[in-house]
Amino acid sequence: MATKGERILEVRDLVKHFPLTQGIMFKKQIGAIKAVDGVSFTLDKGETLGIVGESGCGKSTLAKLLMALERPTSGSVMINGRDMARAKGGELKRMRRNIQMVMQDPYTSLNPRMTVGDIVGEPFDIHTEVAPKGDRSRRVQELLEVVGLNPDHINRYPHQFSGGQRQRIGIARGLALQPEIIVCDEPVSALDVSIQAQVINLLERLQNEFNLAYIFIAHDLSVVRHISDRVGVMYLGKFVELGKDVEIYDKPAHPYTQALLSAVPVPDPEGREQRERIILQGDPPSPANPPSGCRFRTRCWKAQEICAEEEPLLQIRPGTQHESACHFAETHDVVHVG
Amino acid sequence: MSRDTPQTGPVQPETQTVTTDQVTTAPSPGKRRKQKEGKPASLWSDAWHDLRRRPMFIMSLVLIAILMVMAFWPSLFTSINPLDARTCELATARQGPSTGHIFGRDNQGCDVYARTIYGAKNSILIGVTTTIITAIVGGLLGLIAGSRGGVVDTVSSRVTEVFFAIPMILGALLITATFRGQDMGIWIVVMALAVLSWPMTFRIMRAAVITARSQDFVVAARALGASQGRIMFRHLLPNALAPVIVVATINLGGFIAAEAALSFLGVGVQPPDISWGLMIADARSRFLEAPLPLVFPAVFLSITVLAFIMLGDAVRDALDPKLR
Repeated sequence: MATKGERILEVRDLVKHFPLTQGIMFKKQIGAIKAVDGVSFTLDKGETLGIVGESGCGKSTLAKLLMALERPTSGSVMINGRDMARAKGGELKRMRRNIQMVMQDPYTSLNPRMTVGDIVGEPFDIHTEVAPKGDRSRRVQELLEVVGLNPDHINRYPHQFSGGQRQRIGIARGLALQPEIIVCDEPVSALDVSIQAQVINLLERLQNEFNLAYIFIAHDLSVVRHISDRVGVMYLGKFVELGKDVEIYDKPAHPYTQALLSAVPVPDPEGREQRERIILQGDPPSPANPPSGCRFRTRCWKAQEICAEEEPLLQIRPGTQHESACHFAETHDVVHVG
Repeated sequence: MSRDTPQTGPVQPETQTVTTDQVTTAPSPGKRRKQKEGKPASLWSDAWHDLRRRPMFIMSLVLIAILMVMAFWPSLFTSINPLDARTCELATARQGPSTGHIFGRDNQGCDVYARTIYGAKNSILIGVTTTIITAIVGGLLGLIAGSRGGVVDTVSSRVTEVFFAIPMILGALLITATFRGQDMGIWIVVMALAVLSWPMTFRIMRAAVITARSQDFVVAARALGASQGRIMFRHLLPNALAPVIVVATINLGGFIAAEAALSFLGVGVQPPDISWGLMIADARSRFLEAPLPLVFPAVFLSITVLAFIMLGDAVRDALDPKLR
């Protein structure tokens, strides 16, 4: 077992291109959707890395790559020093015990024809070495209790539960194998706002209890700020900025992050007066044909010639303490609160 | 409560969370079956518990049981043996119901009631075995094609399209005529019908599996490291079975009717053997003069089909936890 602060996940230059093909009988590749295009980050034991970005920026593909549900085009996903992206068969199955997932939609992520006991107990059926057979139903009941559900409900079916409760069932399933990493792919965006808070609090409590590391993917910046230690901002398959949550939220350096933050609703009417609104023009370009150089340059108000010619690397820039991928990075507090 | 100011720490105390959960749980205690301590439920055991108290299921089982007894011990129901030509009198052909011959007599002067009872065996055997074979073969191949996808799916789908292109009766005629000399009895009819109709079940199962496959719970199972077999039989099959059950039970009547058409064309069950299809085909020519020899086997055929459709319906509903 790794202690807190130890590095457990290292993602390096992860790339996933989905081929675009043409023709029925003889398929010809005419291009590729560059869903994830060179993503690198690390994750320590007990840490939460939030990943934000708009729809289609590759967040969910990144989650699938981390879970080895998709194979990367290139790059590596090292978990405790072993490459998950290249593992096969029994080794992959063993590695899966260490990284689990909480899915977005609690209405489709649970098999409607399995009882809650079967759903939460399925990890033990697959990884029989984790719990002896006679012990399983007790373990399932413990898990239900841990996530705040009534352990007597193991014989119920998913449709007998509310959305928030279903998400708790999904979390219990993720916890069953006692993983060190849990990938949460928009775990609260399908829930009511009041239920979101409960689920977030549950995730935080479980993190403290089991020293879990989270990859927390969301498009809701407030939720991500609340739970994350570090935040990565994605745009068109790449990180544009990566740093501690205070750095990202209070001193954003990349223009895209600044624009994103300026769109966060501010609950305080006076704060709302103060903050500036940066409104981006146009839509994100197609990931099949991203712009040359900096991918954000087509919508950026700072863009100059160098942005089209030279791709800005994700690195610590002068005047900032965290990594950003912009030639003209400068910190700028957009929100003016907190 | 506002979620937009998360920096102010925990938004809601955990104790309150738990209470909310207990409140939002809808227990509906009247409908829920009390579970014995330490005996976990599963889809199939729950379905069985549920089936046992469904009147439609009980009724269909009773009907099917009666039909089966009729098929295998017909002499329990009638003292006349219609396979013996001496029980027929041509002089009394198409006579109405009378004492001893409650369903009347047919074109040959044979007892319609006795013939209906003795005809059950061939008709039910052909209908049920063909249904079972098509459901298993088509269902299994559909499950594999749908869950594997790729080349397996493409190849098997093209193969089924070849079978779809063969007209049912023409194809069955061809097959039965080819194997005519082998003396395989009704099994040649079963084989012909099964070979030509499994693609239907295949397509339905494949489509249902493809729908189920894209759902998140299958992705979740893969993320857990579930094997292909576990995903197929624990996740895909239970969620794709319903339409197959419905179509299979409806097809059962179609097979009995198809057997009749084959008998009419001179392949399939041949006189002096008896089947409902043969009786219906035989009585059709004189239907206006004497409707009863057609009506009675047709009614028995309908009851058989109905019993199996009811059975299929009850099983389908019991396998859907939402409908319990």
